[in-house]
Amino acid sequence: MAFKNIPKPNELAQIGHKPPLMKGWLDTPVDIRTGVFCYAGQPKNLEAVGLPNPRKWAPTDDDWQLPDNWKEIFLEGMRERLDKYRTFQIFMDICVRCGACADKCHFFIGSGDPKNMPVLRAELLRSIYRREFTFAGKLLGKMAGARELTPEVLKEIWYYMFQCTECRRCSLFCPYGIDTAEITIIGRELLNLLGLNIDWIAGPVANCYRKGNHLGIEPHAFKDMIDFFLDEIEGVSGIRPEPTFNRKGAEILFVTPSGDVFADPGTYTAMGYLMLFHQLGLDYTWSTYASEGGNFGFFTSNEMAQRLNYKIYAEAKRLGVKWILGGECGHMWRLIHQYMDTWSGPADFLEEPVSPITGTKFENAKATKMVHLVEFTADLIRNGKLKLDPSRNDNLRVTFHDSCNTARGMGFFEEPRYVLKNVCNNFFEMPENTIREQTFCCGSGSGLNAGEDMELRMRGGFPRANAVRYVHDKFGVNMLANICAIDRAALSTSMEYWVPEVGVTGLHEMVANALIMDGEGERTTDLRGEPLPGFEEKEEGEEDV
Amino acid sequence: MNFILSLIITLVIVHLLVVIPLVGILAANLQFLFGVILPYAAVLVFLVGMIWRVTTWAKSPVPFRIPTTAGQQKSLPWIKDSKLDNPTTTAGVVGRMLLEILLFRSLFRNTKMEYREGPRVTYEWEKWLWLFAIVFHYAFLVVLLRHLRFFAEPVPVFVQILESLDGFAQVGIAPLNGLGLPVMLLSGVVLPAAVTFLLLRRLLIPSVRYISLPADYFPLLLILGIATTGILMRYILKLDVVGVKQLMIGLVTFKPVVPQGIGVLFYIHLFMVCTLFAYFPFSKLVHLAGIFLSPTRNLANNNRMVRHVNPWWYPVKVHTYEHYEDEFREKMIEAGIPVEKE
Repeated sequence: MAFKNIPKPNELAQIGHKPPLMKGWLDTPVDIRTGVFCYAGQPKNLEAVGLPNPRKWAPTDDDWQLPDNWKEIFLEGMRERLDKYRTFQIFMDICVRCGACADKCHFFIGSGDPKNMPVLRAELLRSIYRREFTFAGKLLGKMAGARELTPEVLKEIWYYMFQCTECRRCSLFCPYGIDTAEITIIGRELLNLLGLNIDWIAGPVANCYRKGNHLGIEPHAFKDMIDFFLDEIEGVSGIRPEPTFNRKGAEILFVTPSGDVFADPGTYTAMGYLMLFHQLGLDYTWSTYASEGGNFGFFTSNEMAQRLNYKIYAEAKRLGVKWILGGECGHMWRLIHQYMDTWSGPADFLEEPVSPITGTKFENAKATKMVHLVEFTADLIRNGKLKLDPSRNDNLRVTFHDSCNTARGMGFFEEPRYVLKNVCNNFFEMPENTIREQTFCCGSGSGLNAGEDMELRMRGGFPRANAVRYVHDKFGVNMLANICAIDRAALSTSMEYWVPEVGVTGLHEMVANALIMDGEGERTTDLRGEPLPGFEEKEEGEEDV
Repeated sequence: MNFILSLIITLVIVHLLVVIPLVGILAANLQFLFGVILPYAAVLVFLVGMIWRVTTWAKSPVPFRIPTTAGQQKSLPWIKDSKLDNPTTTAGVVGRMLLEILLFRSLFRNTKMEYREGPRVTYEWEKWLWLFAIVFHYAFLVVLLRHLRFFAEPVPVFVQILESLDGFAQVGIAPLNGLGLPVMLLSGVVLPAAVTFLLLRRLLIPSVRYISLPADYFPLLLILGIATTGILMRYILKLDVVGVKQLMIGLVTFKPVVPQGIGVLFYIHLFMVCTLFAYFPFSKLVHLAGIFLSPTRNLANNNRMVRHVNPWWYPVKVHTYEHYEDEFREKMIEAGIPVEKE
């Protein structure tokens, strides 16, 4: 049981949000707690991609085995990034500490730890900035909120930079748009200069670099896993799709996070992709080399992210496809939308994406040439190209979780709702302060989806779960739909802990269940092998009453 | 450093700002220093400081286009996009920035998390911070602009209009009006009230108290001091307005004169204003300029339509397909996956 080492939900949810009255945060040393931190990056994973200072260490060690000139490296790194990122420079300078961000963070709401208020997370770095880079900080010290970078302070920065999921909810409420994700991203870059990564990030990065995906699935195994899905699909629908791999001359390259081929319930989403593409007769190919849409390099450094992101365009070019279609994922889509063209473009060897089924030109993707699958599917439904039977999802009472990255990094709200409403009959929104641009993180994003930090994850997942609990109690919601691979993994755990009555599904799993495929046999079960509405009794062998 | 210590430090400093000109004028007759030299110095520090600050920001490039999107994206033509909260055009960005700068759009979203037994959390209406912040900033602006009457003869028309608008609520109502008080200017009441709210909020809300530094109390107390001395001069200790105007016009025409008989209170007021000016570029008050350059707000969300170039982009070490195939070629062939080299 994943929760054996953490308190019961009712105990964990006893949260105090009042910081100490008389002891200021500058005088409160860090307490690195088990259940909150993630294990240190293993040396082999750092070596695999040439990250600095590979060694065996543990966050609970007194001595973190830093290089002798660690402080110089860190401060020089700060100076360099102040010169390279306007965000960093401005966000160090203009915060007025109004506190509007404080109670917007899922980790603060779920833990009450004042250093999880976004403003203080940033102040951890700002205090160093003031001490080293401003006159007032040098002169006035603590009075100006400045402090020396000591090994203790470095540990504190490490501890809290890995308690932020870079969800940017605070940034939405900040009157100056200060983005804690930027602070955390740069904070983690600085820590990585000293070899202070966590293994849940370093491992996937090393895997992805060499094997093409975070999970380290080698090409033949990747194909095997998809083959397994084909068996399942055939069992459910009587139809066996025929996907291709690394095929030159395909019209479209399809890229999705490898989580979709690895673990339930993401696997059902992957089956959904395969069924939809088969029904459309889409001329597309998977790639085993670019078999990862996600990018844990982004949780390491900008450079590492660029090194991993390179493969998508490189593979599209090698295979000679016209454009790229991307599966359901959160941070993958923030990167494709906001970073990929800058890192790895221009994609002048590709064509402006046009749906081969509807003829719709995706004008919004004319530079990157990469279309979100949900945009693609929404367009299909709008043009009447899919035969759908939403009643097949009638056993589900569904709510939709907006992923942080697609919400606040794209504004991806109506497309998934349009698809969802066309494939199911029972859709209920969570309260308005918890959805769309104000959506709450699953609690485990940005590489924190490990096992050892379960307490942190369940605390961070509390606000989202709280909203799901609300619609469960009020409308009988029993399914939480989303468009993110990390959500599918993280929310499954979080729901099991907080709202066990609610399951988790990817959007395209529901699409595939509702999709009437040409030549399919009578479907009696959904992709999970559970009876479709109307087939329950036969399945259970009960007698009619 | 706790809030009591922070407050004590700040109060001591603000009181020093009263004592210094008091002693300087009453004991040492340093009218020229406090009336001419320091104001020039403060304005100079302000201007040079702000230019330096904004240049520092502007020199730092924007490698990635990372707006925080707060509404529906522009994608398919039949989906209505949110043109201000998620702009794709320059006009949209200008609109978004105007909403931020003039109406504090993001702060207006503010909610308050309430933790309840159950356990559950809810998010409640909380617009007080937005309201007092916006009232404070506009009251400050009006007061600042109204002071132009000391710098120009004749008084510019817009200042006169501002004054009449601002003063429409004459103090007292019948039968008690006309007690000889000058027109009570709205902003004169509103400004200190808003500052007081912001200060009390800082002291009373536990999480905000915890994050507050002396650098947060200082501007509030300083502005409160400036407002108090201003109100005292205007309403209680009738000031020699003609002398003050002479001094001010002398300063702006670079022919400084120090008229005799201006009360010491004026010099205290002026010294605190000079402190605010000189302090401004080196403090959090630079948010005034920073908001214009904030990359999460001032960029269009047209990322997949228009390429954004990072000026310091450099090629990185990558794992090419050739490397990959070299490692896995046999397994690929065996699994029937096409390869480049058989």
